[in-house]
Amino acid sequence: MLATVVSWVLGAAAVAAGAGVFRVDSMARATFLLLGSFLAVGGELLVLGLDYLGVLVVLMMTMEMVIMAVFMIMYMMNPAGLTPMSMVHNRRGSLVIAVGTFAALAAGILVAPWPPAAGRPPPDPTVALGEALMGSKMLVMIVLGVALFATMVATVVLATHRGRYDRYGDRLDRPRPDDPVPGGVWR
Amino acid sequence: MVETAPLWSVLVLPVVLAALALGAASLDAVLAARTAGRAPVRAAMAEPLREVARLLVQQRRTTLAPDAVLWRLGGASVLVAAVLAAMVIPLGRHAVSDLAVGVVWFNAMEVIVWAALWLAGWGANSAYPLIGGYRFLAQALAYELPHMIALITAALGAGSLRVGQLVAAQADLWFVVWMPAAFAVYLVSALAMSFWEPFDQPVQEDVAGGVTAELAGADRLVFVAGRYLLLTTAAAFAVPLFLGGGHGPLLPPWLWSLVKTAAVLGVLVWSRRRLPTIRMDRFEEVAWVVLLPLALVQLLAAALVVLVR
Repeated sequence: MLATVVSWVLGAAAVAAGAGVFRVDSMARATFLLLGSFLAVGGELLVLGLDYLGVLVVLMMTMEMVIMAVFMIMYMMNPAGLTPMSMVHNRRGSLVIAVGTFAALAAGILVAPWPPAAGRPPPDPTVALGEALMGSKMLVMIVLGVALFATMVATVVLATHRGRYDRYGDRLDRPRPDDPVPGGVWR
Repeated sequence: MVETAPLWSVLVLPVVLAALALGAASLDAVLAARTAGRAPVRAAMAEPLREVARLLVQQRRTTLAPDAVLWRLGGASVLVAAVLAAMVIPLGRHAVSDLAVGVVWFNAMEVIVWAALWLAGWGANSAYPLIGGYRFLAQALAYELPHMIALITAALGAGSLRVGQLVAAQADLWFVVWMPAAFAVYLVSALAMSFWEPFDQPVQEDVAGGVTAELAGADRLVFVAGRYLLLTTAAAFAVPLFLGGGHGPLLPPWLWSLVKTAAVLGVLVWSRRRLPTIRMDRFEEVAWVVLLPLALVQLLAAALVVLVR
């Protein structure tokens, strides 16, 4: 009973905060309303008894939205995104897409012939999740991890405008690297 | 050996935390008075209480067109996050809630400080707090990964994310003995996450106090108290993570928890007075080039010990 009430309240809070993203006129408020929405979703997972996933959503989304706030404000058309601005564009098109997607997903939930629950939830869902990810799928996870890491390194290498020749000279014979930020390790 | 305490312990937790934080503030004031050669040192012990009284009657400051909601939310979140994170820390045999994923819970609550500091910096609509908020994010990107690896190392040693299991696994041998590097990394990140010296760039004088520049009166009190509580929580969590929780001879477990917490807190407060501020851009490099590999090697070593044990 209590779980049902909490679940509905959190669901309503998630939707309300999500809608609020498009009602406010500041990038900072929009970002943190979105975070509020995600936190409510994390709460829903906790209600479902998925402690690890719920807390993980809170952890990841907080870090992610704070970093996103930095980037969103950095790329605003007005200086630093400090002046009020509208959070919506292409009103009609986005309304159609949003309502259409919501209707399709909701219809899917109601129409799909869900199978009856088989078996019981495991005593420790965190262990079950870990075994599901790291047991038979270990090879996939390792490959994914390496691919993601290689992507990150490649992106940083492509994005930085200074390479080792800038740091150590054309013959790479400079004893100390020439860096814009002095100090640090081994300097 | 750790169990969830009855519901009224929710009321006890903030009191215990506040008492420890007040002790830390007193110690800090005494150390400051001694360094400055001010006498009597004993008068400095009441300094934090006088400061509380002063801030309570001081007028709050407003700036031109602040985002008041985000500003206050950011200032209060530091305090709230510190208390919530402390929920899983056992005092002897009892924690307010011994969650199955306690270590992750602590991590998640402590990350809320990222958002809190940025909001507190942004909301004032003033340049220096904004710079302070961004500085903390840069610093956070440096300390967070080594910090997480240190937490994982302790969890790996116990084979569980439950703080009670961590304590139980240290009945014979404290984790600090075979995870010294993880403990050191944790202490560094504890200072960095509560932005104390040497990691006080977000609130340093060179930007007129950074995030705290426009805070006065009750707002400043909430923020400063939150910062002390955060340091206290970080110090207290080192005890079940690496220092055997309530395990110890003669004294009852709850007293051991308190003694160890006070010791870690004392070391952190003392070290803040001994170390010069590190700029966050330099710390960034140190964190990624030294601390992170160190934490990873420590994790590998701990994993090998767990495998052959």
